[in-house]
Amino acid sequence: MQIYLPIADLPVNIFLVLGMGLAVGFISGMFGIGGGFLMTPLLIFIGIPPAVAVASVASHIAASSCTGALTYWRRRAIDIALALMLLSAGIVGTATGVWLFTMLRALDQLDLVIGISYVVLLTAVGGLMINEALRAEMRAHRGMPATLRRPGSHNWLHGLPLKMRFKRSKIYVSAIPVWGIGFSIGFVGAIMGIGGGFLLVPMLIYFLRVPTATVIGTSMVLTLITMASATVMHAATNHLVDAILALILMVGGVIGAQFGAHTGHKMRPERLRLMLGLLVFAVGVRFAYELVVPPDDLYSLRLVSPP
Amino acid sequence: MIARAAIVLALALTASAARAERLVVSLSNARIAVTSNYVGEDLVLFGTVQPDVGKELKDAYDLVVTVTGPSETLRARRKERVLGIFVNIDAREFVRVPSYLAVLTDRPVAQIAGPQVLRRQQVGMDSFILTQRVGADFADTVTDDPFRKAFIRLKEQQHLYSQSATAVTFLTPTVFRASIPVPADAATGRFDVDVKLFAQGAMVGRTATSFAVTKAGVEQYVVEASQNHGLLYGLATMTAALAIGWLASVAFRRD
Repeated sequence: MQIYLPIADLPVNIFLVLGMGLAVGFISGMFGIGGGFLMTPLLIFIGIPPAVAVASVASHIAASSCTGALTYWRRRAIDIALALMLLSAGIVGTATGVWLFTMLRALDQLDLVIGISYVVLLTAVGGLMINEALRAEMRAHRGMPATLRRPGSHNWLHGLPLKMRFKRSKIYVSAIPVWGIGFSIGFVGAIMGIGGGFLLVPMLIYFLRVPTATVIGTSMVLTLITMASATVMHAATNHLVDAILALILMVGGVIGAQFGAHTGHKMRPERLRLMLGLLVFAVGVRFAYELVVPPDDLYSLRLVSPP
Repeated sequence: MIARAAIVLALALTASAARAERLVVSLSNARIAVTSNYVGEDLVLFGTVQPDVGKELKDAYDLVVTVTGPSETLRARRKERVLGIFVNIDAREFVRVPSYLAVLTDRPVAQIAGPQVLRRQQVGMDSFILTQRVGADFADTVTDDPFRKAFIRLKEQQHLYSQSATAVTFLTPTVFRASIPVPADAATGRFDVDVKLFAQGAMVGRTATSFAVTKAGVEQYVVEASQNHGLLYGLATMTAALAIGWLASVAFRRD
């Protein structure tokens, strides 16, 4: 069944979009990520203009992270103070990212920068996750106990000034790395059209030693606030949010996320991290392939002023 | 000055030509409504050739229907391999060109008239003026310019530019019909239909009509809301997102 999308200006198969929402929602629920890094390329692939895809995906991520955040809220697994600190720097990062986005677009190099960012970030993060998860798997296989104490609980980041205590996460760290992480997530999110959950979770674990109990819930609150405000900002400034597309994605997304979360709970965390690592790595390789392989057509068109 | 003289001359020519044969045309639909189940539409143009008083009809006519959609400005970019990866290294802007262009004829344009007539009357894809910004100048290039060719090729792949030598059929020597394909992703706005009649390689008649592609129903409501009340629209979308997220978490609650 075809449905015409008013802002994207093209008809799409409603079941295809619903299915994409379900699939990405399932993955996002399973791994506790927003899923923007999968949804944005998928929408572009079915012909949605990239700008509309980025803007509409924001509301889809807001919906699925809202479901997730509420679940974690009931389990008291959210560190609001940490989320707000990350957010304050995240807004500055987003603004910087939007500024660079506009500039690169004018120079016709936006596609290249997005492509390279996806390749570098996704292959690096994916590779690290696979490596870490495989080691954990091997340790488990040899029958060694999992390291209960997080290794190297104190690194140089803990020596920085402006220390703050985050009670819910039971950490005492400097505000500087917290701001740094918030800024880079906001910056990367604005340029790549992603929520950044898959980057934020490992960063919080490895750099700030945030315990696994609060990390996903906190990341979801951050994603929820940034994506909800991104929806409003995109709608108010560029008029690019396609409400019909967003609604179909949301409905599929929240249902998929529930089943994903259910499946995720039944799996071992190492296995889950390995799978997420492989997924992230695969998407990165897919982008690398696109950059290196000669395109079907060396020429491409970009709309400067619409009719 | 020369350009203005040429325009005046062209107008004089069309005026004198229009006196010989009269064209009467009608479209099957003057307005295409884009609703939620819109997947594109084919319009039909009907028409007849009528002689002016005291004139005889010629034996064979050719018809050229040129349909142009709302104009837009596009940038064509060319990639090249730099250090192993493909990078946009050159770009050309096409200024205020039609977003949709269809050239419909009863036989190949080259057989209808000579190259000079085709160029002067802008008949056929190759003769259609596509203004490019080259540095500070605005001009069309030669037809085999790589950017121009690439631009037309890309637009043809999107089914937005087309040229068909079979789209016009003469039902009798003076009654014709032409089918105009409007793809689903054609822009909304006014589409101009320019109808030119040729006989023995010269233009003998001309008329014009137009149709509109407009959004209707929910589609129109959504577009208007997003354009005129962007902030409210954004807040509504955000509220919907939060509401759907909350509903799902309540509906699937297991604890």
